[in-house]
Amino acid sequence: MMNPNSNIHKQQLHFHRRSLLKMAGLSGLSWLTPMAERLARTAEADRKGKAKSLIVLWLEGAPSQLETFDPHEGTAIAGGSKARKTNVNSIRLGDGLQQVAEQMEHISLIRSVTSKEGDHERAIYNVKTGFRPDPTLIHPSIGSVICHQLNHEQDRQVDIPRHISILPSNTPGRGGYLGDQFDAFKVFDPVQPIPDVKARVETDRQLSRLEKLKFADRQFLKNRGNNLIVGESLKNSNLDAAIRLMSSEQLNAFDVSQVSESERSQFGDTPFGRGCLAALRLIETGVRCVEVTLTGWDSHVNNHEIQAGRINILDPAYASLIKELKKRDLLDSTMVVCGGEFGRTPWINPLGGRDHWPHGFSIALAGGGIQGGRVIGETDPNPARDSAPKASLKHPHPIEDVHATVFSAMGIEFKNELDTPVGRPMKICEGKPVQALLDV
Amino acid sequence: MRSLTITKDLFFLSLVLGGIAALTFALLRVEKIAAPRSLKNNELALTGVVGVAEAIDSAFAEDWASRHLVHADQVDNLLVARRISLGIAGTIPSLAEIREFESQPEADQVSWWVARLLEDRRTSNYLAERFTRALVGVEDGPFLIFRRRRFVSWLSNQLYLNRPYDELVSEILTEEGLWTDTPAVNFYTRTIIQEEESNKPDPVLLAGRTSRAFLGMRIDCLQCHDDFLDSVELGEPSDLRSGTQLDFHSLAAFFSDVESSLLGIRDVEEHQPYQYQLLDENKVSVVVPTVPFLEELDGKEGNQRRRLANWVTHKDNRPFARAAVNRIWAIMFGRGLVNPIDEIPLGGPFPEVLEILTDDFISHGFDLHRLIRVIGATNALRLNSAVGFAITQSHEDSVAVFPTIRLRPEQVAGAIGQSTSLTTINSSSHIMTRLMKFGQQIEFVSRFGDPGEDEFRDRGETVTQRLLMLNGEMVGERLENILNAPSHLASLSPDVDTAVDVIYLTTLTRHPNAEELDKAVNGLNETALDQRGEEVIDLYWSLMNSAEFRWNH
Repeated sequence: MMNPNSNIHKQQLHFHRRSLLKMAGLSGLSWLTPMAERLARTAEADRKGKAKSLIVLWLEGAPSQLETFDPHEGTAIAGGSKARKTNVNSIRLGDGLQQVAEQMEHISLIRSVTSKEGDHERAIYNVKTGFRPDPTLIHPSIGSVICHQLNHEQDRQVDIPRHISILPSNTPGRGGYLGDQFDAFKVFDPVQPIPDVKARVETDRQLSRLEKLKFADRQFLKNRGNNLIVGESLKNSNLDAAIRLMSSEQLNAFDVSQVSESERSQFGDTPFGRGCLAALRLIETGVRCVEVTLTGWDSHVNNHEIQAGRINILDPAYASLIKELKKRDLLDSTMVVCGGEFGRTPWINPLGGRDHWPHGFSIALAGGGIQGGRVIGETDPNPARDSAPKASLKHPHPIEDVHATVFSAMGIEFKNELDTPVGRPMKICEGKPVQALLDV
Repeated sequence: MRSLTITKDLFFLSLVLGGIAALTFALLRVEKIAAPRSLKNNELALTGVVGVAEAIDSAFAEDWASRHLVHADQVDNLLVARRISLGIAGTIPSLAEIREFESQPEADQVSWWVARLLEDRRTSNYLAERFTRALVGVEDGPFLIFRRRRFVSWLSNQLYLNRPYDELVSEILTEEGLWTDTPAVNFYTRTIIQEEESNKPDPVLLAGRTSRAFLGMRIDCLQCHDDFLDSVELGEPSDLRSGTQLDFHSLAAFFSDVESSLLGIRDVEEHQPYQYQLLDENKVSVVVPTVPFLEELDGKEGNQRRRLANWVTHKDNRPFARAAVNRIWAIMFGRGLVNPIDEIPLGGPFPEVLEILTDDFISHGFDLHRLIRVIGATNALRLNSAVGFAITQSHEDSVAVFPTIRLRPEQVAGAIGQSTSLTTINSSSHIMTRLMKFGQQIEFVSRFGDPGEDEFRDRGETVTQRLLMLNGEMVGERLENILNAPSHLASLSPDVDTAVDVIYLTTLTRHPNAEELDKAVNGLNETALDQRGEEVIDLYWSLMNSAEFRWNH
């Protein structure tokens, strides 16, 4: 069994690297930096699993599978929604996913994801953690687990947080029983400055403030070296990490205004589009997990209109993200997962809406060792209203199987158990990987 | 003509001077702090509070001796006041309160402070929030039918009026009506899973909640299987047995008749038996409501919920009283006498102090204010957290030192707000002050990250939290706003020494030591007069970011 806190950063290593880089910079060797990062990345290549980073495009509110990844054109349940061809002959997508259809060779779909949670709050927890809500314990989200499990040289070169949630709604990924230090760092529309990373005073005054702060801490810690219980915690107060972050050039990864207008516009002029562009830049910088949220999918009324509006935002952002990752040779090492907390009912309600449907919905996966252009599972095009919803679903996969697939692609031993604060050992994940997506 | 000009000038001058005087008076108004109504001469001794506290002190002393543990010495009263206010009111004392505190006879200072806080809404509001976490959690919950704010403010009123705890819990367990009119029923509506067909509070969630919050026992694992780790003991305290899945569902069965309708929470007229398929059975069967231990206390009268409430709050049901005592202790010390605080074994062993407090709590009618007074009078609350010997788990377990605990987000926000104000921010503050505090606090806590229900465990500090303190809006605004303490101090303080003293008192609730005073006074004296304001703000900033400010110690 592993101790959740055994992977804490070694700060000294970082400082060595930094002083080395500083010296390299002084001696005119700064061109070595990208090479060093490349070397660090290849050092990871020995590990099982190709994926190194994860991007989750989180569609909160629950997208309709029938208008996105699992259309059934011409049937009663389509309700008039059309499908479009993709660049993989056998796969059709919802009509609005025009640009995504052109990337289909890189993307695979699981059309038979199931869960037991039909309430937004509970289902979000379920899909983000792979576990159902438990009153005694908070499970960590998938990004937190990855940051906890993968901590290599690459990670020590990153000054900015390794787990980031862009445009978080109320439910950004949480560290849960692994601790708050694994919570996602929250940032909003990349056109806005990142909160709280800029000192409120000029440099000289900031230095004088920090000198006063260090004096105050020295006074307090004078007689506290004997406290074995909290001693380390008192000393290791994240101050250095925070100051390093404030002065890091890596913060530029968030600033999409540095990107050319043409590149920016292909992602769409929306916060979500900019979020996806920032996610791409963050992954390039070495961040492990980025979650970008697009809300507003909860279409109990006027389903087609609401879904189409959201799809218009999703399509250019998602497709450009895949395209750019491929272009930059990062798609093999970056997995992109796209989906929401459940699907929507096959039948359209009297208000033209679709309601909640956890009994067979779609999640799309790409990159990081996922073989593109494949489809797992099949939903019934003519489901009977009175039969059990799952009866006609082919090859169902509970949501934890998606987690197991991601962990497996990343080389994480997900059957291992972790200690939890309630004393109950917990498996990292209880699902089985969808091997058909990973086998070459 | 000339005299008219002079008159006009004089009139103008008097207006300006009058304005300045009014402003100065408003800003420098001396806050009057009334004597607490509930504190009469020698009352703590007469009512036995002092006697119980002394019994606790002796119990700890015997325990230390038997374990050969060295214990910490005592801290001064001001630090005790800081601990108590962070614990039960979620903030720190104001300058006016510190001045009044220091004017009390030394022997009475702490009891004066406890009495003052128990009469203050800051305390009931904060305690209500802490209890609410255990009762209904922290999330928003089911849309419309769950009103968490209403529940908190109802509970705050009950705590303010010092409603006996057994009555309070009984009401929570048996109340009927709408979530808006009778806020106690939100205990039930929180557990409704709206997407499921029946709009019924979930008996399984309620059983787990009841057991954890009211009995201090985590029996949730029995929901799915019998206990095979010997971690859940049930049955009779004198004749324990391992818990079974049937025990859990027999407790859940007490909630089978409660339903939610347009009229709110109520009990159905026609009994609905609780049905469940146990792990080793092949069919669903009816489970009869049965209490999981101390069956002889179940009077079997009234409807199912009434029957359960009577059993839970029975004065001989010690786990009920123990759970409350352990929770209040944990709120005041940052950790329970038994930890985790809702895993108190049915058969013990129990720390002697827990038993002394439980006896006193039961025999005084489940009086929460008295419980807080007793704990406030103990030596344990006065122990130093910094010592000359290595603090081990044994020292923590037997309370031979005061625990050093990271502040919770609301405590940090409360302390930031109070430390930058020269007057007390409480229910008698100006409405704008309170609104501002409320808004800033919500924003701050949301950025800082809420600890959730599992709030007595240290979850580690995040970089986000650190950045929020270093560069965040709340700290910045509180320091830079000219209406707040830092600006007043810089311009109106009679001398530099006083200014430094006040900064230390308002942030760290103590006077600076000689080295600190010297350094800060020199810093200010070396600063040009027009920049002193900045230097004062910087000193505030450094103290608010220090470990001493961010931890309860």
